[in-house]
Amino acid sequence: MALTPEDVRSVGSLARLALTDNETERFTHHLNGLLEQFARLQELDTEGVPPTSHAVPVAAALREDLVRPSLPREAVIAMGPQVDEDLGGFIVPQVLGE
Amino acid sequence: MAELYELTAADLAAKIASREVSAREVTEAFLARITVAEPSVHAFLTVTPELARAQADAIDTRLAAGESLGPLAGVPVALKDNLCTAGIETTCASQILRGFVPPYSATVAEKLQDSGVVLLGKTNLDEFAMGSSTENSGFFTTGNPWNPDRVPGGSSGGSAAAVAAGEAPLSLGSDTGGSIRQPAAFCGLVGIKPTYGRVSRYGLVAFASSLDQIGPFAHTVEDAALLLTAISGHDERDSTSVPRPVPDYVQALTGHVEGLRIGIPAEYFAEGISPEVRAAVMSAVGVLRGLGAVVDEVSLPYTDYALAAYYIVAPAEASSNLARYDGVRYGMRTARSSNHIELFERTREEGFGAEVKQRILTGTYALSHGYYDAFYLKAQKVRTLLQRDFAAAFERFDLLVTPTTPTTAFGIGEKSNDPLAMKLSDICTIPANMAGIPALSQCCGFDTDGLPVGMQLMGPAFSEETLLRAAHAYEAATDWHMRRPNL
Repeated sequence: MALTPEDVRSVGSLARLALTDNETERFTHHLNGLLEQFARLQELDTEGVPPTSHAVPVAAALREDLVRPSLPREAVIAMGPQVDEDLGGFIVPQVLGE
Repeated sequence: MAELYELTAADLAAKIASREVSAREVTEAFLARITVAEPSVHAFLTVTPELARAQADAIDTRLAAGESLGPLAGVPVALKDNLCTAGIETTCASQILRGFVPPYSATVAEKLQDSGVVLLGKTNLDEFAMGSSTENSGFFTTGNPWNPDRVPGGSSGGSAAAVAAGEAPLSLGSDTGGSIRQPAAFCGLVGIKPTYGRVSRYGLVAFASSLDQIGPFAHTVEDAALLLTAISGHDERDSTSVPRPVPDYVQALTGHVEGLRIGIPAEYFAEGISPEVRAAVMSAVGVLRGLGAVVDEVSLPYTDYALAAYYIVAPAEASSNLARYDGVRYGMRTARSSNHIELFERTREEGFGAEVKQRILTGTYALSHGYYDAFYLKAQKVRTLLQRDFAAAFERFDLLVTPTTPTTAFGIGEKSNDPLAMKLSDICTIPANMAGIPALSQCCGFDTDGLPVGMQLMGPAFSEETLLRAAHAYEAATDWHMRRPNL
C-alpha cells in the first residue's frame, strides 16, 4: 500500500503543513520506507495483549478543584507575533464572513 | 593543579562550601572556558553570563552570612534549550520559536535554582529533540569535543558537549528514545534517563509525552547522582510524575556489587554492533564480574520490534504536541497569508525543519481515520510485549548491561542524508523509553580513533539506586572517566 505524493499532500493538509513539490517527493519516499518497517509489526500476534496506556502504573492523579492565580494576561500575550495590547488579545486573520 | 573547569561538581561544591574558592570564581572559570571552547564546540544557543554572575554572588553572600546551603550550591549547570526558563529565550533549536521567552520556568529549573545552582546558559539540540546528532538544529551543528568533525550525538548534543568540553560541570538533557544516553556515550560521560515519572516534565517542551524524561549529564556517577537527587520528585503540575519519596542517590554509592545479578541480553550484541563497541562492553562486564557480580545471558525476544513501534508512537504523539505551533500565540508568523488556514500552513512550512515535518506527517498519517488500529494501537500493544520482556528478565536479574550505541560517534554529514541509518543509532536505547524503565550510560573505553564507547545499564522501574551503585563500582575500578578531550 505505497503512498503517492497526493496522499502525502493530503496528510500535510490534515497536519496544516504546506509542502513544496521537492518536500512532497522526499517525504513520500521516506514515509514508504517507514511503512515497510511498520509492516513488520503485523508479524506479531497481539491478540488479547492490552495496549500500553501508562509505562509506569500510576493512580488517577486528582487534585482539589481550587481557584488559583494564573499568568497575567500581559505575560500571556507578550510573546504573540501580532497582538492588540489595549484589547489584550492575539490578532488573527478574519475567520467569519470571509 | 587542575583548573577549576576540570573539577567534578562534587569537588567544586566542597571548595565553595568551605570557601576555599568563591562561587563567583567558579562561575568565572566556566565562563572563560566557554569563551575558549565555543568557537570549535558550539554547544550553547544562549549564554547567560550576567545572570550566572548574579546567582554566584548571591550564593557567596549567603555563605559569608554563615548560611548552610545544599550540596550543589554555587555549582554551574547548563540546560537543554527545550526546558523553559522564565525570562530567558527558549527555542527548542527551532526557527518557529526563535525569540520565544517563556513566562514561567520548568519545575527542574526551579528546583535547581532553589538548590543554589548557577545557570550558565541553554544548549543546542536537534530541533524539538528530534534527531541523534544535533544536525537537525535549526541554528547550527554542535561538534564533539573529542573530535570536532564528529557529531556529539543527540538530541541533547549541546548538553553533552558542554560538559565534555569543560564548559559546564553538569547539564540537563531530555531523553525520548536515547537523547541523553546516546550523546553521553558519544562524549564519554555519565547520562541517565530516569524512570518515567521520576522527574517532573512540567516546562519541558513536549515531544512524545509518554516517553520523554529529563535527566543529568556529568563526568562522574557521583555528580550524576547529586543532580538526579536535586531534580527528582512528584510535582502536581505533571500528573504523570510519581508520588514516591526521593532518596539521596549519593548514599547508594556503596562500592559494593557482590552478588548483583547482571543479565547480558543477546539481542543487544547482534549484527550492527561494531566489534570494538562489543569488545569494550564485554570487557566492562568482566570488570563487574571481577568485583563480585554474577553474570549470565538472557533473551529479550521482542527487542527487534522496538524501533518500528517507537517510530509510530513517538511521531504520533509529536504530531499532536506540535499542533500548538500555529503562528498565533507565540513564535514566528508567516508574512504570506491571506486567511487563517494559510496562516497555519505557511507558518509551519517556514518555521519547521525537514525532520520535524517528516515526523509530523508520519504521526498524522498513523493517527488518521482508518489507520489508527493498524499503527498506533498495534504499536502500543507491542509496547506491552516489550515491557513483558523486561519484566521476565528482571525476575532473574537486578540489571541488564548492553552497549549504549552500535558505534562510536559518527562523522558530521555521514548520516544526515540517510534518516533510516540515523535512527539505527538509537536501537539500544529506545526499548527503555518504551518500557518506562531507568537506564544509565557511562564510558567503558575508547576506540582506535580515540572516541569514547558507552555502556548502558538498565533496571526495573525505580531502580536508579542499583544502576548508580553498579556504575559507581565500575567507575571506581577503572579510569576512563578521568580522561578529558584536548581542545
